[in-house]
Amino acid sequence: MVSANSADRYLPHTVQQPVKILIVGAFGVGKTTLVGSVSEIRPLRTEETMTEAGAGVDSLAGLPEKRTTTVAMDFGRITLNERLVLYLFGAPGQRRFWNLWEGLAEGAVGVLVLVDTRRLEDSFEVLDQLELRGDTPFIVAVNRFPDTQHYSEQELRQAMDLLPETPIVECDARDRTEAMDALIALVQHATELSRARKVAS
Amino acid sequence: MSDPQEYRDSPLRPYVLTGGRSRPTRNTLRVDTLLLANPDKPLPVSASRQERALLTMCTRLLSLAEAAAHLELPVSIVTILASDLVDSGHLQARSGIPAASSPDPSLLEEVLHGLRKLR
Ligand SMILES: Nc1nc2c(ncn2[C@@H]2O[C@H](COP(=O)(O)OP(=O)(O)OP(=O)(O)O)[C@@H](O)[C@H]2O)c(=O)[nH]1
Ligand SMILES: [Mg+2]
Repeated sequence: MVSANSADRYLPHTVQQPVKILIVGAFGVGKTTLVGSVSEIRPLRTEETMTEAGAGVDSLAGLPEKRTTTVAMDFGRITLNERLVLYLFGAPGQRRFWNLWEGLAEGAVGVLVLVDTRRLEDSFEVLDQLELRGDTPFIVAVNRFPDTQHYSEQELRQAMDLLPETPIVECDARDRTEAMDALIALVQHATELSRARKVAS
Repeated sequence: MSDPQEYRDSPLRPYVLTGGRSRPTRNTLRVDTLLLANPDKPLPVSASRQERALLTMCTRLLSLAEAAAHLELPVSIVTILASDLVDSGHLQARSGIPAASSPDPSLLEEVLHGLRKLR
């Protein structure tokens, strides 16, 4: 594995600046598929160790209860121009993985929340948490699976109780153009927020 | 001789790899930090096998996450190894956006433009 495709494994030497986008969603929602659709490299997998979120305090010993687990994380890459590269990290959204993806979200362009309309409730926790954080731009991308009922944007917004300013897009994660459009919508949103913030300060 | 497979699976192994530390010396390295070996600075003979492997992996430019994936090592371990190698001048780091801040509008526009062109 280490020797496979090592010729095109590397970036041009001119690249100076990495940026990243996070793809967060419940199990099986299509994170890896979306990363694979747009990535210029075969998606790679790494392990990240993290301390479990919501770990309590052992009151007897007075020491924080530390529990570290290992989470697999997929990622891909898009070289945007001769000096700029974008990394896409897919991470599970459940509460116990918050420490992982919140760490990844720091300094990120934004977060794409991938949802499956058959299991909308699986995305509630992650949406709550992103709204609470407030500082990370995010949009919702509804991954269109076949045999799923169609809902209007209004219905979806209501069902997820989205803030009016949170954009929502639909995509088939297997389709490169649609997946690119979802990323573009996220960066567009992040750009607008960032411009507004600059004007305000 | 111990079975290498068994050795690799041992939970103690990462700790040993990093000289008993669980935290990197600097916090500027992130998953998307780009790494490049300094060709003018060979490693001392005392360098570990993992440090050598990382430096060899970074003969050309790639991110910390990619180096970790190709080396089949956890990101946390590679972060510690890379921190040491940056401190010692063997590895050059091109960093992403600092944790506390977010990308500025002109950088975001560049990302947007890049994605639209590739669409
Ligand atoms: N029809 C359809 N199938 C999809 C779509 N996206 C993903 N799938 C399929 O759904 C399954 C799960 O997709 P993954 O990309 O592995 O999902 P994931 O979010 O990475 O899953 P975990 O990493 O296990 O949490 C795969 O069998 C995909 O082929 C989609 O947009 N449409
Ligand atoms: Mg996956």
